[in-house]
Amino acid sequence: MRSAVIIFPGSNRDSDMIAALEHVGGTKPQAIWHAETELPDLDLIVLPGGFSYGDYLRTGAIAARSPVMAAVVKAAQRGTAVLGVCNGFQILCEVGLLPGILMRNATLNFICRYIHLRVETADSVFTRGYQRGEIFRCPVAHGEGNFRADDGTLASLRDEDRIAFRYVDETGAAMSEANRNGSVDNIAGILNSRRNVLGLMPHPENVIEPAQGGTGGRKLFEGLVAALELA
Amino acid sequence: MSDAAILITPALIAEHGLKPDEYQRILDLIGREPTITELGIFSAMWNEHCSYKSSKRWLRTLPTTGNRVIYGPGENAGAVDIGDGQAVVFKMESHNHPSFIEPYQGAATGVGGILRDVFTMGARPIAALNALFFGAPDHPKTRHLVAGVVGGIGGYGNSFGVPTIGGLTSFDGRYNGNILVNAFAAGLVDSDKIFTLQAEGVGRPVVYLGSKTGRDGIHGATMASAEFGGGDSEEKRPTVQVGDPFSEKLLLEACLELMTTGAVVAIQDMGAAGLTSSAVEMGAKGNLGIRLDLDRVPVREPGMTAYEMMLSESQERMLMVLRPEKKAKAEAIFRKWALDFAIVGETTDDLRFRVIHHDTEVADLPIKELGDQAPEYDRPHIDPPLPQAIDPEKIPPPEDYGEALIQILSAPDMASRRWIWEQYDHLVQGNTIQRPGGDAGVVRLPGTRKALAFTVDVTPRYCQADPFEGGKQAVAECWRNLTAVGAEPLAITDNLNFGNPERPEIMGQFVAAIAGIDEACTTLAFPVVSGNVSLYNETNGIAIPPTPAIAGVGLLLDSSRMATLALRNEGDVLLLVGRSGSHLGRSIYLREVAGRDEGLPPPVDLNLEKITGDLIRRLITRGEIATCHDISDGGLIVALAEMALAGNIGASISSPDPEAPLGWLFGEDQARYLVSCSPGDIGAVTSAGANSKVPVTPIGSVGGDAVNCEGVLAIPLAKLRQGYENWLPDFMSRPG
Repeated sequence: MRSAVIIFPGSNRDSDMIAALEHVGGTKPQAIWHAETELPDLDLIVLPGGFSYGDYLRTGAIAARSPVMAAVVKAAQRGTAVLGVCNGFQILCEVGLLPGILMRNATLNFICRYIHLRVETADSVFTRGYQRGEIFRCPVAHGEGNFRADDGTLASLRDEDRIAFRYVDETGAAMSEANRNGSVDNIAGILNSRRNVLGLMPHPENVIEPAQGGTGGRKLFEGLVAALELA
Repeated sequence: MSDAAILITPALIAEHGLKPDEYQRILDLIGREPTITELGIFSAMWNEHCSYKSSKRWLRTLPTTGNRVIYGPGENAGAVDIGDGQAVVFKMESHNHPSFIEPYQGAATGVGGILRDVFTMGARPIAALNALFFGAPDHPKTRHLVAGVVGGIGGYGNSFGVPTIGGLTSFDGRYNGNILVNAFAAGLVDSDKIFTLQAEGVGRPVVYLGSKTGRDGIHGATMASAEFGGGDSEEKRPTVQVGDPFSEKLLLEACLELMTTGAVVAIQDMGAAGLTSSAVEMGAKGNLGIRLDLDRVPVREPGMTAYEMMLSESQERMLMVLRPEKKAKAEAIFRKWALDFAIVGETTDDLRFRVIHHDTEVADLPIKELGDQAPEYDRPHIDPPLPQAIDPEKIPPPEDYGEALIQILSAPDMASRRWIWEQYDHLVQGNTIQRPGGDAGVVRLPGTRKALAFTVDVTPRYCQADPFEGGKQAVAECWRNLTAVGAEPLAITDNLNFGNPERPEIMGQFVAAIAGIDEACTTLAFPVVSGNVSLYNETNGIAIPPTPAIAGVGLLLDSSRMATLALRNEGDVLLLVGRSGSHLGRSIYLREVAGRDEGLPPPVDLNLEKITGDLIRRLITRGEIATCHDISDGGLIVALAEMALAGNIGASISSPDPEAPLGWLFGEDQARYLVSCSPGDIGAVTSAGANSKVPVTPIGSVGGDAVNCEGVLAIPLAKLRQGYENWLPDFMSRPG
């Protein structure tokens, strides 16, 4: 699998993502600097977590206009798999590859904690390693993870099976207490209509090895490796 | 206004915090009246915060060396060898006064400053902690301060990308007018790639890096060296700096990249007293002069005076001495990270600190006397009077032991800190293997089997009653907390927060606490490798309790052999390691339930600490105990409740004297741990105890869904959890 992690100057989970991809896939992804305007041939592009350009304005708004993002959009349109985690999800929404927006958490505080995710579709290169309905523990760490979209967008996300993950409690119930950031319909991650772009707020790259407190994120990367190595 | 036009009056000298005898010393040193810029420079270098003039002679008495110590005090941070050619670099520093005036920015820039101290030495930050001391919960400013400080610490550390994995938060009315915000950071570096602040070589470029200089923070360090008076805090707002974690992150990456090129001779971050102290310290330490040309300094706004530029505390700035032949390479790296890079001066051979502005020399001062030969005082001190010991017979037992336990676990000083640490990204970097809420935070070191443990401790109510025993206890508890996760304690950094040292009773507290720290560090072979002193923590003559916060670092050679406090398995046996408890003086029980803050704190037997801790570490390393928790605030029963809550499983114990279990349950005797092991390991654990001559007593077992002490109390976990988890969120969301 030829993969790359885009490095913005304020990325801070880039090394976590690189380590996860290397741990699961066996090869180290390329690190691509935000000032690049062209990308090599790739099977997977990852936008990692962090504070791309400080995010003092709307999160991801400046990153969406960075040189490298024009190339990422082109690659996505050609069908390359693009994964955005946390700040990466925010950037994907800002650049228009995914619908909706991530607003300040309902608590107005930054939240770092373990939550539970329910896999809502196994029909994508990102989620094929999971069973639909599977529940796993995964951390979140963000101040702006409150997913919002208009009713029409939400309807098409549901109708087209594009909601990838929901926040749930440990029994799998999508209740409001499980949804600390206040996202509409407990949405934690969504796909584009072509199903080659995934954005999610939680950090699967931080639950790869047992020592990290869980391995629930592994299947996402294992699924990607399996799908993209065959491709 | 030009420097020459400003008259140096006694009032101006006093405003700069310089005493008449200190001003006389300046006149004697330079043989003329100083310019206003020079007066500002002296004031910045000779204030308490930068010069340690009241504390230096006592700090020198602390043990600072050891087999593993690479750099002790005197550098930006201490550095300790952790094997395999690696070192851990760490320090703790206060940002008390700014945080009281503007809590968000004060705390944020405190974190920024300590992170810079660590990466200035070439180390990538891998962990942050903090020790916070707020006023009484019912004081009208407390909630505002808690929200701002916690927000600021998170806002800075989360964006920068360092996991904040532990800390300490305490409430006490004696901090009403002077909260304490002590920030700790640790970084990892190859031992042969550590950078220091000692400049070398004449005629080398002095380079300014990072953010531009603005008018913020002017005289921050002088402010931090004076008491607050009524109404002062509003007027002092312009002296607080504003932090930019994004720039700090750029500065980190640029500095670490630059350091791999061999271009850096010496490096110093611009912290307190900015350009002045960084330049003076690099020159003085390297026995060199420094000439600065202020017209080349990147500035945020035109028209800044030399005085303002020399005293600005704008954040995220660095000063370096570079090898001239590598200049182009260095500049390219800083341009890549979109940071300012300017050659602003050079090293000289005349031991003078010269500052040029608009072609005029605005300062020409002897650099050694400014820096490492600043004034030093032996301030008068009187031994702290010891309170009366309290007769244990006269301490009333509670009407209901269960209610007493609930009351203690939901007390402001004891309740869960989850509301705080969930606002800190404690998982970034992917290496956190013990999260906040345990005895110590632990991060693994990628590519090795090793891990590092971190904790920060002090018990202000003990220190208030007996600063000597309190100082000892802070070190001992820190050592114990590292031990309780299975780590070998390596070294500490201390943050000594006290009142006004010009009062002999406060100076007496300081001297006594240092003596206690000295004794504990010496006996436990636990050297002090860095630290910070914060004095003048008084408002309107009311001083804080003596608060020597001790942050320690420990090493686990095999991170798979780490203990946590969460009870795990039904049927495991609970054992008390150490003697039975009885000491209730200055205990949490006495204060929270009996409503009395009296007596003497528990004495610390350091040899017993050592024997007991060494035993615990052996048991953990051999895998013979499943869980471990040190016994401290609240005694045995509180330790048990914390273990049960963490594991979400109950436990039952039996007191040796169910008729009078008060001291056994709530006594805060030192050198004790509560552990659990599988029934099959009891023999191994008790015989290991016998070999070490440490009492190891089975007291009960794990199981059920309540905390139970036979015939004394039985409280469902859910009920305990309610008070324990809800106090802080409820307090912070209370209307009005």
